[in-house]
Amino acid sequence: MSTPLLSIADYSIAYGTVEAVHDIALNIGDSEIVTVIGANGAGKSTLLNALMGVLPAAGQVRFAGDDIARLEVEQRVELGMCLVPEKRELFASMTVEDNLLLGGYRVSADRRRRGMDDVFRRFPRLNERRRQLAGTLSGGERQMLAMGRALMSSPRLLMLDEPSLGLAPKIVAEIFRIITELRDSGVSILLVEQNARAALRIADRAYMMELGLFTLEGRAGDLIGDARIAESYLGISE
Amino acid sequence: MDGLILLFLLQDGLTNGAIYALLGFALVLVFAVTRIIFIPQGEFVAYGGLTFALLSIGKIPSTIWLLLVFGIASCVIQLWRTRYLLTLRSFIREIAGGIALPLAVFFLIRMLARPDQSAWLNFLLTLAIVVPMGPYLYRIAFQPLANASVLTLLIAAVGVHLSMVGLGLVFFGPEGLRAPTLTDISFTLGKLPFTGQTIAVYAVTLALTGGLYLFFDRTLRGKALRATAANRLGARLVGISVAGSGQIAFALSSFLGAISGILIMPVTTVYYDTGFLIGLKGFVAAIFGALASYPITAVAAIAVGIIEAFASFHASSYKEVIVFMLIVPVLLWRSLYAPQIEEDE
Repeated sequence: MSTPLLSIADYSIAYGTVEAVHDIALNIGDSEIVTVIGANGAGKSTLLNALMGVLPAAGQVRFAGDDIARLEVEQRVELGMCLVPEKRELFASMTVEDNLLLGGYRVSADRRRRGMDDVFRRFPRLNERRRQLAGTLSGGERQMLAMGRALMSSPRLLMLDEPSLGLAPKIVAEIFRIITELRDSGVSILLVEQNARAALRIADRAYMMELGLFTLEGRAGDLIGDARIAESYLGISE
Repeated sequence: MDGLILLFLLQDGLTNGAIYALLGFALVLVFAVTRIIFIPQGEFVAYGGLTFALLSIGKIPSTIWLLLVFGIASCVIQLWRTRYLLTLRSFIREIAGGIALPLAVFFLIRMLARPDQSAWLNFLLTLAIVVPMGPYLYRIAFQPLANASVLTLLIAAVGVHLSMVGLGLVFFGPEGLRAPTLTDISFTLGKLPFTGQTIAVYAVTLALTGGLYLFFDRTLRGKALRATAANRLGARLVGISVAGSGQIAFALSSFLGAISGILIMPVTTVYYDTGFLIGLKGFVAAIFGALASYPITAVAAIAVGIIEAFASFHASSYKEVIVFMLIVPVLLWRSLYAPQIEEDE
C-alpha cells in the first residue's frame, strides 16, 4: 500500500489526567471519505481537534509521510489539513467575503481568487450573501460558509465535525452531496458524525468509536448492515 | 470666561484629545487581539518622546542598548521555543529580526546622531528605536502567557510597566526633557494662534486614523488581526498565527505610542514616568468604548482632552481627579449593560 495521506498509531489524547482517547490507529488514503461514528462523548471531536493541533496528543501522527506531531495549527494548515469544527468558529462580525478571504490566508493571492470562484460555484448561496455579516446567516448558511472557508486553503484533508448538526434534512442532503463531490475532486475527508446512517452511506470506510476506542472498523458498505446494531445503541432511527 | 479663552481651551483640549485618541486606539487594538490590558502603553510615549529629545540635542539615546537587549532576548526565546521545528529559513528570519535589525539601528544612530540633524530624520530614527521594542516585548513577556486569563495578563502588564518605568529612570535620568517643534510654521485664525505643532498633531492623528482604517478594512493582514480579535480558535484554524497577530498589535502599539511621545515633546516636559498618566487618559477613553470600539474611543478621547483643559483652567489642582472620575459613571453603566467579553481558552 502506498503512503496513506494521514496515519496515526498509538494515539492518545488526555484532558489533564483524564484520557479521552486511548491508543487508537487510523489511516486515510487519497480521495476517500473516512467516517468516525459513535455516540456523544465517545471522543470523536477530541480526535479531530488533536489531529488539527488544537489539543495536545501523544503517539505517532504522520501526514503525507511527514511526522507532524510537534507542528502548530497554522503549520498543519499550510501542509493541507483543515478542520471545520462543530461550532463552526466563524468571524461573526465580518462579512461572508472576508471570512472566505481569511480562509485562504496561507495561499497566494492568485489561488485565493480562484478558490473564491470555486467556493461560490459550489455554494451559490454564499455568493448572494457575500456582503452580509457572517453572524447574520442561518444555520445552514453558516455550515456552508465554514466549509467554504476551509476549502479556501486548498486542503488535501478536510476534517468535518458534525456538519449535519442542527440542520434541516434538505440542507444536510446538500452538504453531503458536496462532500462526495469534494472527494471526487481529490480531497480526502475525515467525517465525524452522530448521524451514522447518513455518514455511512457516503463514506468509503468507517471506524466506530466508543469511549475513546475504535471498536469496529471496515468498509462503510459492510458496516451499514451492522449499523442496525449501531442504531440500537446510538438511538438513531430513520 | 471670554470667548477667546474658551477657544484656547478647546484648542488645547482637542490637541491633547487627539493624542489620547491614538493611545486609546492602541489599547483597544492590543486588548482585542491579545486580551492584554496594556498598562505599559504610556511607556512607549515616554521612551519615544525622550529618545527624540536626546537625538535632537545630538546625543545618542541609551535606549538603543535596550533595543539590542530586547532583540537578542526575544530572538533567543523564539529559537528555543521553536527548536524542534527550526528550518534554515526560520533561523535566518529570527536572526535578521532579533539581532541584525537592532544592530543596524544601533549603527545607524551612531552615524546620524548630530545636534544639527533634521527633526524629521530624528523622528524616523526614534521610530526605528522604539517601534521594534513592542513586538520584542510581546515575545519576551506575553507570548509565553498567550493562553492565560485576562487577569494574569493584566498582572504581567503591570509588571512590564513597572520594569519599563525603572529602566526609563536608568536610561533617561530623573530630569525632564523637551524637544524642538517639528516645524516652526504658525499663523492666527481670527485671534486664535495655531502653531505648526498643533497642526502636526491634528494631521498626524487624522492620517493615522485613516491609515488604520484602511489597514483593517482593506489588507489581508489587517483583516487577520480583526479575525484574531473576533474568534481566536477560528483564526488559528485558517492558519493565522495568534502569536504573529500579537506581535503586529504590539508593533502598532509601540508605533502609536512613540509618535504620540514625539508629538507632545515640544509642548510638555516629559519625565521618565510621564507616560503612565498620559496612557491612563487614553485608557479612560478606551474604557468608554468598552475596549472594543474605535469610533467611541476617538470621541471619548476628544472629550477627555477638552474636559481636562477646562478642569486645568478652573481647578488646576483637581485636574487629574476630574479626568479620572469620568471613568466611574462609565464603569457603572458598563457593568449594568455588560457586553460579553470573550474569556474562553
